[in-house]
Amino acid sequence: MDFRFSEAEKRFRAEVEEFILQEIPPGYADKDLYWPGGYGAIGEFEVRDPAVEKIRKKMGERGWLTMAWPREYGGGGRSFVEQAIFFERLSYYDAPGMDVSTLISGPTILRFGSEELKKEWIPRIVRGDLKFWLAYSEPNAGSDLAAIQARATIDGDDLIVNGQKIWSSGAHVSDCGWMVARTDMAAPPYKGTTLFIVDNKSPGITIRPIVNIDGFHSFNEVFFDNVRVPKKNVVGDMNMGFYYLMVALDFERLVISMGGFRHRYEDLLNYARNTRRNGRLLSEDARVRARLSQLAIEIEIAYLLYYKTAWMMDNNLFPNIEASEIKLITTLLSRKLADAGMEIMGQQAQLWPGSPHAPLRGRFAVGYLDSISAVIGAGTSEIQRNILAQRGLGLKRR
Amino acid sequence: MDLGLNEEQEMLKKSAREFLSKECPKKLVRELDESDSGLSRELWKKMAELGWIGLPFPEKYGGNGGTLLDLIVLLDEMGYNIVPGPFFSTVVLAGFTLLQAGSEEQKQTYLTKICSGDMIMTFAITELDGTYLPESIETMAEAKGEQYILKGTKLFVPDANIADFLLVAARTGKSTNPADAISIFLVDAKSAGVKVTLLKTLGRDKLCEVVFENVKIPSKNLVGKLNGGWPVIRSILRKATVAKCAEMVGGAQASLDMAVSYAKERVQFGRPIGSFQAIQHYCANMVTDVDGSRFITYKAAWTESEGLPADMEVSMAKAWTSEAYKRVAVLAHQIFGAIGFTMDHDMHLYFRRAKAGELAYGDADFHREIVAAQLGL
Ligand SMILES: Cc1cc2nc3c(=O)[nH]c(=O)nc-3n(C[C@H](O)[C@H](O)[C@H](O)COP(=O)(O)OP(=O)(O)OC[C@H]3O[C@@H](n4cnc5c(N)ncnc54)[C@H](O)[C@@H]3O)c2cc1C
Repeated sequence: MDFRFSEAEKRFRAEVEEFILQEIPPGYADKDLYWPGGYGAIGEFEVRDPAVEKIRKKMGERGWLTMAWPREYGGGGRSFVEQAIFFERLSYYDAPGMDVSTLISGPTILRFGSEELKKEWIPRIVRGDLKFWLAYSEPNAGSDLAAIQARATIDGDDLIVNGQKIWSSGAHVSDCGWMVARTDMAAPPYKGTTLFIVDNKSPGITIRPIVNIDGFHSFNEVFFDNVRVPKKNVVGDMNMGFYYLMVALDFERLVISMGGFRHRYEDLLNYARNTRRNGRLLSEDARVRARLSQLAIEIEIAYLLYYKTAWMMDNNLFPNIEASEIKLITTLLSRKLADAGMEIMGQQAQLWPGSPHAPLRGRFAVGYLDSISAVIGAGTSEIQRNILAQRGLGLKRR
Repeated sequence: MDLGLNEEQEMLKKSAREFLSKECPKKLVRELDESDSGLSRELWKKMAELGWIGLPFPEKYGGNGGTLLDLIVLLDEMGYNIVPGPFFSTVVLAGFTLLQAGSEEQKQTYLTKICSGDMIMTFAITELDGTYLPESIETMAEAKGEQYILKGTKLFVPDANIADFLLVAARTGKSTNPADAISIFLVDAKSAGVKVTLLKTLGRDKLCEVVFENVKIPSKNLVGKLNGGWPVIRSILRKATVAKCAEMVGGAQASLDMAVSYAKERVQFGRPIGSFQAIQHYCANMVTDVDGSRFITYKAAWTESEGLPADMEVSMAKAWTSEAYKRVAVLAHQIFGAIGFTMDHDMHLYFRRAKAGELAYGDADFHREIVAAQLGL
């Protein structure tokens, strides 16, 4: 065992840091309201910012967006631990760069897609040219994805897609949907669902905004009315989509903006060190100290799990159970951090961004509402617990 | 012992539930939340006509002659439905202060107008640090002939943006004990030098910053004794605290009711989500929190209403309810899943108020400290 970064890892970390500080668009981080773990205040789900596109392309040029992929597919041939280091620094500095295409769809295509599919999509993903949105959830299929009703029927070389998706984060600013639909209604869902890529520009797609409780337009409902999708966009085999989806979900749950947790925590620490209340520093208050140290412990555990999952991938162990564990732990932490911060900051904490008296730009207030989404999006806490108990510990369903 | 509501209180509760669900639908709540004023004149007038605004005040001022406990029953329902507007500031903060410390003339002039629904009033107590301690009051009122000159900044003043008059806690001298030199003044919101800015808050509950720049106040607008303000404020804060608890209990009850009925309807994996034990346990935890909060709040309200020493009871209620409402709202959100994370859904209206309520009149830590002191620790 050795819990330290190697010399090479340290050098890489410094290189990433230097890049971010140089390339991050001026003022970007000062406006950012992203809350670690949350899904409701991610700037890249709201607008398509040319400055962000530019920095992503630069990362693409360095092979960083897909650094842990094999070189033959344009990957950086780096380790998952290095990738984890990269995302940690990225999220620490509120830098853009994460995307569904590189983190979820790309790895799934590499694992299950045909050579043709890889050839068509992988190079563009590697370059950072594409933005994907996740077209899984439907009004009656949230936790229970087997209940999806969107359907795709074969018509020559195309699929014809009908149905509705919902909670589609960033669909309005993306290029393509990463979609599941039923293709064999007679078969049980896990044998009759297909995963495919749908171009947002296809005729028949209507995207309607949904405003989230932070007041941001981050997600949408999306309607498909006889939308044609070339059959070559199918990922893997027809009717096998449900299995691929389960793997894609694990990839999604491994996407943790670890650095964001650390940074917001440091903000809080500095606030407590520099703010006097009732004649003394908050950091001298025993209750504040206990809360801050408890958070430090929980963040440490989350970090360990974070690097552990990356290390497992490097050692050809797929962190299926750990994916649920880290999703559960970090999203609960997302809420605890917001809650603790709000309590420590007291009355001021309720001030919204833009208010002159708002501490830390009001980020904790936004995060306080947003953290409600952390424990719901990408599979609720209850679903993670079910996976841990049933798949992980072998407990019986009934 | 009698642990139930009396007949009139039961009636009040029932009629309030009916009236509010009809006259203050969530569509209106939302509009008011998103507006700057937070006030529907129409609803305000109707509440005055029902005698709600004057509920706890003597009949000779146009009130209804009810008790604090009666008001608590009403606030519980207002919290259940959510009723934006200056009811709390006008009735609890301002009305009770005038009743307790105002001169007969002040009561005749102002309390009657409050009861009839013709005057909106609030109380500016807290300042930059937002705490409810006498030492945090730095706003100064200096005597100059027949008037006082008021100078300072208040923060988190509810409804000051629509108030006709403000009660203001200000320092009127130097003293070793910071509680000994505080006085209360009635300030016309239209006076020169009063600057009100609406603060944008998570709770969307119309808290304001109020700056007093050499505002001239006639001496007759002193409320109560010179330098005798703090004991009055303490007593008003105690009432406000238990009154806020009542609103929070109602809000927690509504969150529970909404979540339970959704758990019965929403089907996933071929069965109502309420049939999963995880969800059942959440609901069980919620109902336990709601009931606990209700009992401890009503005990505190009764104690205060009877004029018995209530510091301990009120602080116990606020320490508990602040955290309980939050727990309930968070679990309710968990049960709703993504649909609850939208502006169009009602749940966030409660989640926001749980936080605002927690912060108002001292959070759980603040009140646990009072409980500790009361325990002799
Ligand atoms: C901010 C945000 C962004 C999102 N973005 C996307 C996106 O981009 N694309 C996309 O496809 N989806 C997205 N989602 C949807 C998300 O994946 C679903 O919300 C989630 O899977 C839960 O589904 P649901 O909301 O329908 O809740 P439901 O499945 O209806 O669940 C309601 C409650 O029941 C519980 N429950 C359900 N089944 C069980 C069980 N078996 N045992 C115990 N408890 C159970 C749940 O845990 C929850 O507490 C997003 C959601 C949010 C909040």
